[in-house]
Amino acid sequence: MSVTAQLIANGIIAGAIYALVALGYTMVYGILKFINFAHGEVLMMGAYFAYTCVNYLGMPIWLALLVAMALSALLGVIIERVAYKPLRYSGRLAPLITAIALSIFLQSMALIIWGSEIRTLRQGSVSKGNEIFGAVITNNQLLIIATTVGVLIILHLFLKYAKLGKAMRAATDNLPLAATIGIEVDKVIGITFAIGSALAALAGVLVGIEQNIEPTMGITLGIKAFTAAVVGGIGNIQGAVLGGFAVGLIENIGIWFIPSGYKDAIAFLVLVIMLIFRPSGILGTKKEEEMGKTESLFG
Amino acid sequence: MRTGRTENPLLQIKGLNSWYGQVQILHDVHLQVHPREMVCIIGPNGAGKSTILKNVFGLIAKNQGEILFEGKSIRKMAPEKVVRHGISIVPQGRSVFPSLTVRENLELGAYIRAGSESASIEQDIRKIFDKFPKLKERQHQKAGLLSGGEQQMVAIGRALMIKPKLLLLDEPSLGLSPQMKQVIFEKIVEINRKDGIAVLVVEQNARLSLALSDYAYVLELGHNRLEGDAKRLLKDKRVAKLYLGGA
Ligand SMILES: Nc1ncnc2c1ncn2[C@@H]1O[C@H](COP(=O)(O)OP(=O)(O)OP(=O)(O)O)[C@@H](O)[C@H]1O
Ligand SMILES: [Mg+2]
Repeated sequence: MSVTAQLIANGIIAGAIYALVALGYTMVYGILKFINFAHGEVLMMGAYFAYTCVNYLGMPIWLALLVAMALSALLGVIIERVAYKPLRYSGRLAPLITAIALSIFLQSMALIIWGSEIRTLRQGSVSKGNEIFGAVITNNQLLIIATTVGVLIILHLFLKYAKLGKAMRAATDNLPLAATIGIEVDKVIGITFAIGSALAALAGVLVGIEQNIEPTMGITLGIKAFTAAVVGGIGNIQGAVLGGFAVGLIENIGIWFIPSGYKDAIAFLVLVIMLIFRPSGILGTKKEEEMGKTESLFG
Repeated sequence: MRTGRTENPLLQIKGLNSWYGQVQILHDVHLQVHPREMVCIIGPNGAGKSTILKNVFGLIAKNQGEILFEGKSIRKMAPEKVVRHGISIVPQGRSVFPSLTVRENLELGAYIRAGSESASIEQDIRKIFDKFPKLKERQHQKAGLLSGGEQQMVAIGRALMIKPKLLLLDEPSLGLSPQMKQVIFEKIVEINRKDGIAVLVVEQNARLSLALSDYAYVLELGHNRLEGDAKRLLKDKRVAKLYLGGA
């Protein structure tokens, strides 16, 4: 077993999770230019939905995952309709404050419903490790990577070829212009929240299989994924994936150099450095693309 | 004027008042566009020309008055509904989807047409390429990377993809080279005369747009100031003094 290989493997596994969550931040930001700070809590709720399905309804884990993704998609859509939509034209601060309130509300809900004990979706004993390129990777971890890659490919194909996927990209480029060619803005925003929330639930379930589920799990994961979205260039889909793996790798390789107790701080450090030196992120919107925006459609 | 202004108008605006917040921008504005007609709105910066087009397209929150398309009110209609009545708009500025390819921009122009039409959509994209051969070469490039004139071609091409009855154009030649202005205007005239699509165009370049239009409205500070046959207005002393540099 090689330490370097192990750290890289750990980085990729963490990165896969961050990438899934970062997509939700970036997709919503792309269209509404607003950070949905309740996104981490949707992830947490998704994990609990799956936990309930497995432990109270006796579902197999794959079915629980699908149910959790569907319920979280619905939760995301409801959040958008009830909390954000009425504030869509009220500036940036109001939806931000609402998002923070929602986070607290959802955490409290989870605490009331499922209690504060730590839960898990881990099944049986810790699964056996496989040695790959000198790193030990468990079957569950392989599952995390395979699922993430599969989902990313599907999302990519959807955005590139599906009519609705193209409409989402158009709405991201220029929302009012998209409306003038007949794209139903509310529908596209709803679908964006649904997809982002389902991906968050997937991440939550994967974390639950690998580690633990608790009401506050969305906070750290959320901030790291948000960092990933910023690193990749907020609003940019490929950037979110790239940023996710970048943050996962930086954080896991970083503990080689600094005490592992500071691991969670690494993401914050990356966020601060990024915001100072390259706020547009690695793949941030280029100038020439920005110029294409219709500055004056709404005056 | 090729068309009698007596038949039923395609677009009819009557007594239109429009506000941004507390500030009233349009005052009792009226305007008509008849089938197959090319109409222009000219006037100084800030007169409210763009605001008229935005009103037609449901992009203004606070307004009053009548906006009728084929006799039906579209005043309170959302933009995604307005386009389904057969009106297209090319807003001021480079109004393309910059991160989408030229081809994707055109395909999305046909968003409201059903998927079963895909063969005829493909045919219409080819027609756009015939009109703007430059776009065929560039079809797989991101629209945001094209020159200003090429982006304007994409925007116009995209607007044609629904086969509109009425095309609204907001300063289509803004910021373009004189040659490119020429090209764009030739195409607009072709769209109007050959394809029979009614055009309502807002322009800074009063001389060019008056020379090419059938009918013209002069707008000032949100009020109708003058109107009439475009060629006649071109010779009008008041218009000459105000907009044609005293020529
Ligand atoms: N979103 C907005 N909020 C507030 N005021 C606006 C807004 N958009 C335009 N205005 C104001 O409304 C007035 C008319 O604007 P409009 O864009 O319709 O003028 P225009 O005739 O198209 O001018 P230009 O030739 O410069 O494009 C201007 O005084 C402008 O400052
Ligand atoms: Mg204007």
